[in-house]
Amino acid sequence: MLPMDPTKKLSFNRRITNGDLVIVYERYDSMKPVRVSENGVLQNRFGVFKHSDWLGKPFGSKVFSSKGGFIYLLAPTPELWTLVLSHRTQILYIADISFVIMYLEIVPGCVVLESGTGSGSLTTSLARAVAPNGHVYTFDFHEQRAASAREDFERTGLSSLVTVGVRDIQGEGFPDEFIGRADSVFLDLPQPWLAIPSVAKMLQQDGVLCSFSPYIRTFEVLLRTYEVREGNLGSWQDNDGRLATLKSCKKRQRSTNGLENSSPQTILARRNGEARGHTGYLTFAKLKCDI
Amino acid sequence: MSTKSSEEILSANQNPRITWEGCSVLLDINDGDRVLFARLTAGSKVKIGNKNCSLQPLIGCPFGSSFQVEVGEEGPFLSRVVPSTEGNNLGEKMDCQNMEECRDNRTLVDNNTAQSLTSEDIDDMRRKGATGDEIVEALIANSSTFEKKTAFSQEKYRIKKQKKYAPGVLLRRPFARRIVHASLAELQPSHSETSTSIDQLEDACDKESSPASDLVNMEESSNVNLETVSNLAASPKTNKSIKAGEKAPLEAIKSWKENGFSSLIIAAPDLDAWSIVKELVPLLSYSAPFVIYHQYLQPLATCMHNLQTEKMAIDMQISEPWLREYQVLPSRTHPHMQMSSSGGYLLSGIRITAIDQPQPN
Repeated sequence: MLPMDPTKKLSFNRRITNGDLVIVYERYDSMKPVRVSENGVLQNRFGVFKHSDWLGKPFGSKVFSSKGGFIYLLAPTPELWTLVLSHRTQILYIADISFVIMYLEIVPGCVVLESGTGSGSLTTSLARAVAPNGHVYTFDFHEQRAASAREDFERTGLSSLVTVGVRDIQGEGFPDEFIGRADSVFLDLPQPWLAIPSVAKMLQQDGVLCSFSPYIRTFEVLLRTYEVREGNLGSWQDNDGRLATLKSCKKRQRSTNGLENSSPQTILARRNGEARGHTGYLTFAKLKCDI
Repeated sequence: MSTKSSEEILSANQNPRITWEGCSVLLDINDGDRVLFARLTAGSKVKIGNKNCSLQPLIGCPFGSSFQVEVGEEGPFLSRVVPSTEGNNLGEKMDCQNMEECRDNRTLVDNNTAQSLTSEDIDDMRRKGATGDEIVEALIANSSTFEKKTAFSQEKYRIKKQKKYAPGVLLRRPFARRIVHASLAELQPSHSETSTSIDQLEDACDKESSPASDLVNMEESSNVNLETVSNLAASPKTNKSIKAGEKAPLEAIKSWKENGFSSLIIAAPDLDAWSIVKELVPLLSYSAPFVIYHQYLQPLATCMHNLQTEKMAIDMQISEPWLREYQVLPSRTHPHMQMSSSGGYLLSGIRITAIDQPQPN
């Protein structure tokens, strides 16, 4: 998925070959990942598609079925992966993912800790952000989901950038081997305040934490817990005890054509009727400077 | 791809945490009230309020450290604030007081007579070497209404006075996130951005792109005729012969044209979107994503329609990013009173091939 191998990098010269992962695009809301194989066949409402017809074509090609229907073959990206991956848990979508990665100040080479892995949606984007020489250490307390995530990272070619561990971060904190080495930490836990003391030890000087929660109650407790504990720990708070919390919302708009019979034709655009109103609250904090 | 041991990965972490002479930093003045860029050299200064302070004390300090403006014999200077362990005991007190708050403002009259210190008194204190914090304490002590205020109100008062008499500066790493805030505050929304901010934006983008990728920045040429292909300025990291900010050599341009770009970002709010899009999208590899920012919706709607009819792209979507910040304080959590009403619009999509004939089976 990521152009770590220069021969696989997306370009006009890159051709689809046996074994490639492609994203089959039927419609903007109907896509699926497919592993290309010489004898493979894809069947959908548009007809029957032989994988062998795809070999040698560039990504982004339109390909046809026996009965004239068509699909597009797209190169996998973390954005497309988020839309096609199998949901074992509720996932983060690109609107939240982009804010998280930007505000966590992740650049190539960073070391990022994440809990929980869930379905690996954010993890895939984190991997791209730290590539080629950084790493994402992600943890989930559910053994089977951790295994499914590992399989996904194999499929998408990210296993050199992501390590999945099975661990209850809320109960046990992050492993000691990461003390003082994380540039950024991301938490998506039901009771994130329980993990905060561990996060404080893991973060590098000036490191950033993000905690995601659908519930406002969670970040109020997060804040309150700091204030009570701060006297004891003396090491964890934002510069003056306030955590900036952001609620992000992206409203989608799809263009609708103007009245075709009248001239001149006008292009009209408006918001979609049904919009995603809320995903969660993002709470960010930086490790206080204590040197 | 060779697998590194986690030990190797962890010890190779290169992000510098301490500033050095000549580095670019972001200065956060008074907790986000003002954010600006600076280069830390012996001679550089920052103006805070009506005081000009040298930035020299910031060299060699860790990112995340705080400074306060103090006035000394030789004028105002930035003094490092050492983190204290009593930092937020205020928070603990607040929690207790929450239960017992019985003060309110029924007897408080706002007629400007509460403060008995005059500005001459304050100047006098400064001349005698009082620190900003001491002045704030003196103001509190000389306020006849302070004790009658609620705990929240007292905190608000203290913070307000601190911002004025003991302004704080927080030293931050210049990440793209913060550059957006700083540059929007400092620039007019015109296409002729100042060269310093372009450099710093490129610095940040360079940081955020991997060493193996090229970030190509297109400057707008003085004539609106978009011969931009020949005006590419390159900022790659691997190719040592090309320096960031320079015009790209012909071989590089040729190689980019041959291979295609892997992504495209257009953010030219004052120019006609479609005229740029129709020149640049063909330079993108097939299946490569693009995003176009515009402050107005209509030009993007037109672009989207054209891209659709010319079958140049799929998976297109116009989104409107909308960020709502919250103030988070115990019992006082709410969205900020003022917020930005619009962040402009984004048209995103994926480029596809134009070939349209069904293949024989």
